[in-house]
Amino acid sequence: MAGSECTIVVERRPDGSYRASCPVFPDCEAVAATEDEARQAVERAIETILARRQLNPIDAVFARLRGLGRKAFIPFVTAGDPDLDATAAVVRRLGQGGASVIEIGFPYSDPIADGPVIQASYTRALSRGLRVDDVFASVRRMTDERIGGEVPLVAMVSYSLVYRRGPARFLAEAQSAGFSGAILPDLPIEEADDLARLAAEMDFKLIQLVTPTTPPERAVRILGLASGFVYCVSVTGITGERDQLPAELLEQLRRLRRQTELPLCVGFGISKPEHVVPLREVADGVIVGSALVRRLAEADHRPLAAVLDEIGELVAGLCQALNPDAAATAGRAS
Amino acid sequence: MTLPSSLAAAPDRHGRFGPYGGRFVPETLMDALTQLTEAYRAARDDAEFQRQYRYYLRHYVGRPSPLYFAERLTHEAGGARIFLKREDLIHTGAHKINNAIGQALLTRRMGKPRLIAETGAGQHGVATATAAALFGLRCQVYMGAEDVRRQRLNVFRMKALGAEVIPVASGSGTLRDAINEALRDWMASVRDTHYVIGSVVGPHPFPMMVRDFQAVIGQETRQQCLEQIGRLPDVVVACVGGGSNAAGMFYPFLDDTAVELVGVEAGGRGPALGEHAATLNFGKPGVLHGSFNYVLQDDDGQTAAVHSVSAGLDYPGVGPEHSYWKDVGRVRYTSVGDADALRAFRECGRLEGILPALETAHALVEAVRVAGQRRREDVVVVCFSGRGDKDCFEVARLTGEEI
Repeated sequence: MAGSECTIVVERRPDGSYRASCPVFPDCEAVAATEDEARQAVERAIETILARRQLNPIDAVFARLRGLGRKAFIPFVTAGDPDLDATAAVVRRLGQGGASVIEIGFPYSDPIADGPVIQASYTRALSRGLRVDDVFASVRRMTDERIGGEVPLVAMVSYSLVYRRGPARFLAEAQSAGFSGAILPDLPIEEADDLARLAAEMDFKLIQLVTPTTPPERAVRILGLASGFVYCVSVTGITGERDQLPAELLEQLRRLRRQTELPLCVGFGISKPEHVVPLREVADGVIVGSALVRRLAEADHRPLAAVLDEIGELVAGLCQALNPDAAATAGRAS
Repeated sequence: MTLPSSLAAAPDRHGRFGPYGGRFVPETLMDALTQLTEAYRAARDDAEFQRQYRYYLRHYVGRPSPLYFAERLTHEAGGARIFLKREDLIHTGAHKINNAIGQALLTRRMGKPRLIAETGAGQHGVATATAAALFGLRCQVYMGAEDVRRQRLNVFRMKALGAEVIPVASGSGTLRDAINEALRDWMASVRDTHYVIGSVVGPHPFPMMVRDFQAVIGQETRQQCLEQIGRLPDVVVACVGGGSNAAGMFYPFLDDTAVELVGVEAGGRGPALGEHAATLNFGKPGVLHGSFNYVLQDDDGQTAAVHSVSAGLDYPGVGPEHSYWKDVGRVRYTSVGDADALRAFRECGRLEGILPALETAHALVEAVRVAGQRRREDVVVVCFSGRGDKDCFEVARLTGEEI
């Protein structure tokens, strides 16, 4: 087992029992009547931790995609807009439609990092009384019922909400509900040390953002704290759909590629298949938010099924542009 | 408790006042904030920049503002002597111009051609539009759609000064949404635009910078007390929304530990969440608008609705430095409700011939209360942060009078 590579220290206690521990895994400690029992208990604890570590679904997804030479498609959806049942229905459709990872946005009253489309969806969800506990409960159901299949879920959440609940408690509840990681768009690295340590101990991914205004030396520090994948912001500004992607983006992606092994995923402003094609060469995936949320907003006054079909079409177009070979294969298979 | 000398030394280089402050903003803004901090530090240490700032404060703004002995108000209170630091007499009629001139000068120094600002009641918007006109900068002001409706006079003033007013309908359509929208604009425009934040709130370096530009209030007051009274005051009172006039007034007195400092928040209609804007009295530490400080939130961390008759105090957060001063006990924070503030608006007019801004009226209520409990030799100074003309329509509406 992997644990055999690290030393387990066993000591005899004054009462005659044995205490086993491992300096590499400070949480793994056992007291037992015999030396063997104590050692085996610690070995089991370490194995559990390692098994969980190896299986963070985000890492597994990107490893699989890399092996197949494919790109990740990462859609964003606001929890509770128009309601949580609709959110579950969208997650199901996205899971079937080729999503690699799904971001779930926690509505927040003052989202300075988000554009008007996503803010409006947050406002709508909150005006219906949505609570953080409701989001966790809903995600727990999605996880239990495997609504999104094997697709890992990532929380997009303001630090204001995380702080109020208590960072350790928030991360624990998020992980227990079924999230594999989180993005805190208003928590820059200067303020993120404690949270990053907590997340690392739990093998909960803390996805970091790099933007066009991030100086190269700062990007290195951000990458040092990042896990899961790197969220590369494509334009200066806030989330939202745009007509064109800037040329500097490709340059920055090439630079980041030399600085990290982590997958690079591009978000902010991607809404069309034409945006995706030039990114295939330099990115490992794309993140699409506002374009989906804007369509979902119509579920207020149109049948959800029709809106879901449109979203399905949009997603199919983006996935086709992202992985033309895979889509062609899938098309033949069906 | 921390020594007073270290109080005045805050913030540290991370922008922390004790545990408060810092930067909780999207990565897009981090480089801009780092650059702004460097540009501001260089300007602060530059004698020529300071000379220009003082020049415009004196010849354009009309400083120093008087420290006036309010004889009839003192008689009415029946105790300590009450002095008014007359920020209502400077250009544009409120203290906001001190900061706007400072930041506009800094913008010119950084070579950026465009200013943006948020405004609630419109006073900071007017001050920024004024400074933009003075230095030939383009200016756009974000203002909650609800506030645009309530403060039509100030909207007209900003437009007349050449600024563009952008109504913000998102969220609650008030000051906090205007701040969100201004921050968003800045994220996309940071290369050629400076965001003139109007209070001691937001990410570092804004709380420090705005305090520094407003500290002229306290510096003058301290000097005037020594000249006119021969000693320092016993109590200094100022109203607190975000807290810029109070921060500027209190800061030069921090080391004078014998001087009692009192901040007055908006008690609104009562202590229930949503009925007031008394963040330090009823809030908890949390994150809002890029800074860690006291906030009014629900259990989830969603920003609470706030209420005050005074649009300038109607804010669910408060500056990180005030949060720190509260925790270390250097400043006492209390609150005054709508009804008392409205009474003080009229009483000050009737007794002194001065209509206070409704924000200022909150501080006056507490000053009269404190003075009444003190000896006749004692001195209470009130930061008279602004004049009340802008509030006449609202006061008339509330009392059912026609204008």
